[in-house]
Amino acid sequence: MTEARHERAPGDRPSREMQASAPSELLVYTIGLFVAVLLTATSFWAANTTLLWPGGVFLGLAVLAIAQMGIHLVFFLHITSGPESTNNVLALAFGVLIVIVVIAGTMWIVADMNTNMMMPSGAPMSMRMQH
Amino acid sequence: MNIAVAIDQIPQDELPSASEAGPAPKRIVVAYGFWIFLLSDIIMFAALFASYAVLVRSTAGGPTGAQLFNQTTVAIETACLLVSSYTCGLMSLAINSRRYLRTYLGALVTFALGATFLSLEIREFLGMIAIGAAPQRSAFLSAFFTLVGCHGLHVALGLIWLIVMMVQVAVFGFAARVQHRLLCFSLFWHALDIVWVGVFTVVYLMGVSS
Amino acid sequence: MNLLGKLDWNAIPLHEPIIMGATGFMVLVVVVVLGFITAKGAWLYLWREWLTSVDHKRIGAMYCILALVMMLRGFSDAIMIRSQQALAAGGAQGYLPPEHFNQIFSAHGTIMILFMAMPFVVGLMNFAVPLQLGVRDVAFPTLNSVSFWLTASGALLVNISLAVGEFSKATWWGYPPLSEMQYSPGVGVDYYLWSLQISGIGTLLAGINFVTTILKLRAPGMSYMRMPVFCWTALAANLLIVAAFPVLTATLAMLALDRYLGFHFFSLEGQGNQMLYSNLFWVWGHPEVYILILPAFGVFSEVMATFSGKPLFGYRSMVAATMTICILSFLVWLHHFFTMGASANVNGFFGVMSMIIALPTGAKVFNWLFTMYGGRVRFSVPVLWSIGFMVTFVIGGMTGVLLAVPPADFQLHNSVFLVAHFHNVAIGGVVFGVMAGYNYWFPKAFGFKLDERWGKASFWCWLVGFYVAFMPLYVLGLMGMTRRMQHYDNLSWQPWLIAAAFGTAIILVGVVCQVVQLVVSIRNREELRDVTGDPWNGRTLEWATASPPPAWNFAFQPKVAGLDAFWSSKSRAQATKDEPTPTLKYEPVEMPKNSATGFVTAFFAVVIGFALIWHIWWLAIVGVFGAFMTLLAFSFRRHNEIEVPAEEVARFVRSHQAGVAA
Repeated sequence: MTEARHERAPGDRPSREMQASAPSELLVYTIGLFVAVLLTATSFWAANTTLLWPGGVFLGLAVLAIAQMGIHLVFFLHITSGPESTNNVLALAFGVLIVIVVIAGTMWIVADMNTNMMMPSGAPMSMRMQH
Repeated sequence: MNIAVAIDQIPQDELPSASEAGPAPKRIVVAYGFWIFLLSDIIMFAALFASYAVLVRSTAGGPTGAQLFNQTTVAIETACLLVSSYTCGLMSLAINSRRYLRTYLGALVTFALGATFLSLEIREFLGMIAIGAAPQRSAFLSAFFTLVGCHGLHVALGLIWLIVMMVQVAVFGFAARVQHRLLCFSLFWHALDIVWVGVFTVVYLMGVSS
Repeated sequence: MNLLGKLDWNAIPLHEPIIMGATGFMVLVVVVVLGFITAKGAWLYLWREWLTSVDHKRIGAMYCILALVMMLRGFSDAIMIRSQQALAAGGAQGYLPPEHFNQIFSAHGTIMILFMAMPFVVGLMNFAVPLQLGVRDVAFPTLNSVSFWLTASGALLVNISLAVGEFSKATWWGYPPLSEMQYSPGVGVDYYLWSLQISGIGTLLAGINFVTTILKLRAPGMSYMRMPVFCWTALAANLLIVAAFPVLTATLAMLALDRYLGFHFFSLEGQGNQMLYSNLFWVWGHPEVYILILPAFGVFSEVMATFSGKPLFGYRSMVAATMTICILSFLVWLHHFFTMGASANVNGFFGVMSMIIALPTGAKVFNWLFTMYGGRVRFSVPVLWSIGFMVTFVIGGMTGVLLAVPPADFQLHNSVFLVAHFHNVAIGGVVFGVMAGYNYWFPKAFGFKLDERWGKASFWCWLVGFYVAFMPLYVLGLMGMTRRMQHYDNLSWQPWLIAAAFGTAIILVGVVCQVVQLVVSIRNREELRDVTGDPWNGRTLEWATASPPPAWNFAFQPKVAGLDAFWSSKSRAQATKDEPTPTLKYEPVEMPKNSATGFVTAFFAVVIGFALIWHIWWLAIVGVFGAFMTLLAFSFRRHNEIEVPAEEVARFVRSHQAGVAA
């Protein structure tokens, strides 16, 4: 009976063949924690500093958040790009695609509609109904 | 007509690729199924994030995020959840090497940190409601309480799950299906921290810096 | 503190004769069915073999039975809508007051899409996918049972709304502000919300189950490009379920928070945004219709190939088209609200995307045509449904592309032209598809074929009836008639609406023919018996089993070397039929144990739903606690599998082979 090579379960440690040259699992988690703390601290700094222009703060926070999510995926969830992880990565990519479409699509559409609902004075409709 | 389909000649030196290897072992099937569930959960959060993004300026003359959010509290909450993710990872290592004491210890610290996160968040919510910044005040506050509250609800369910899992470890030991469930739990817990990265960035940090 | 919340005897609509008549009929049917089961002494059998079954074949059958039953309810709503509109012209008011009429069309849409089409499609996938993949069951059998029973719970709540309280009058979408507490203070919208949330969870869990099954559980040798096309369409549909249903969950939760706790997501006060609801609803709503149509496409692929005696034309392009439709279906949703006020850029983008999505479908149609071309086509009932689909769906698709043009849509949005379009694709595509699948796989599921004559009669009635019922609506839409009208003043519309009502009557004859078909087939089941397990000379692995298959599906796991695995194994068996058959060594089979978890969890789900609808808070808490304890108890179950002894497997195989030889 030929030996079958299945893919890895998501979140599982890398298989034995990879382990010889790989760092110890404890080290992987610790590096992940360390980098995540760094990114978090940087985010808090970026939100409070006066050194960046507001648009830059926004962009910086977004980049730092995405980077930290990546750190979690790689160091805590062991999502790698190897052939034994293809299904896991594809599923993740599908999920990320839908997330982007839903959030970006909703923001674009509703913002567009809100603009078209503006009263001539520029105040949104619902503000005028406040009294 | 023979029911059994005849066996085809597969060359012995060719390892079948993963797609031809037949049904995967239970551990992979369970974890992959849970992975798909997590992605669906993240899409649900995406819908809530989208609603928040649309309604963030709809304060109806009431308090804004910048006026309400306390960065120290958020920093402590973030630290709690992040470290709990780390201790959950340590717990996974203990489970893989089938060490009971370290597993219980890892679970205990993870639980304590998660519970601290939750109590801080509840305190924050109650404080906001007390000064009139209740979810019924404006669309922004409705969206805030729902998004952050939904995440908090997931954390609470995770803590309950963790307790149940430790009881199962005590009763069944490190049986295969207990290990599978613990693998799912660690996926869940790490995913919650990933969602929190989105929450503290988009809701709190972008909220106070705008 | 009122122990029963908002519930009191006034909830039963005694002053509405039509509703009380319908309720009385429903209660009568329930009593007759329960009485029949009691008379046959079949309760233990029913509990052990069906209600607690985790077998995908049984669960699939139960989904289809639920769908057929709910079709009768949804169709009754349709008859009422058409007859009311045929009558209520000018001075006449018809027989349905506006409040009641609004409930009817809201219920009709909700039931037909979510409690007829969805269960039917999920049921067919449940039954056929594991068999086609050559495996014993889905990835999570008990979860499968939970999914079914949660869907049934949602259906039950909708039916309860007929007798106790009212259903939503806010259409099957539930747009605010109409669906908010201010304008819908009754329980109708709450019935809608909770039945959708509960069944939505069931569907999401089924989606997860099937994605995992198709990607991780296939027979050895069955690589992705050797899967039957039905499995590819099932994969695409279930990926859409996993991606879209969470959005519905979030959206309905936000509306529920508005209604129950006074939040301001979509309210008029507090700067809520109603357009946000429409947007999010259709982010789910559009993929939903593709969830329905993709498996139907898969059925047609299987049916065409089998009854043409040829492999499906263009397998690779079919797979590519299916996955393209899967992704594109997430990029078109705004076409459901072109007129809501977006600018030309936004409308233009989604208009173009909506037109593009017609292309892969067109490719599929050509592939089906080329499959038939050059083959020896047998015009069985499934093939008739398929050919009817091809003509009807193409017309519906073309009107869809027309509606995808924003300026055209501005004229036709929410007119009956739109109603005609979506019924064109829903009936011509989804209903014809599930009818084809129902006739195709019935012999495999129950061991005897369905009567051909009554099947053909029902098809012709449905086909003719559909055109007579809906073609007038295209004309009326162009004449300016809005949808959902309880009464109208333009008398020139009436002849068309009378024609449409007549078409509905023809469809009714078709439905009656289907009921008769079932009764006659059960009565004549010995003559219609499928002895070989392969009544259609099939190509895929489900036809390699007995009819009905044993619980374990396959005695030995099939090893697959190419597409249409069963067809090639039959050819090989023919070629080697004079060689001595090798003696087979049977092994014991491990099967998942039955479980009451699904049934009991669903019971508590109904309790929770009913309690929340009527604001009986303590009962809701009890329900949540009960559901949690049920799942907890299941998780502590010690023995999850039973072992089927090798002798039992061997005995089954031998008796089947003896039957084939006879």
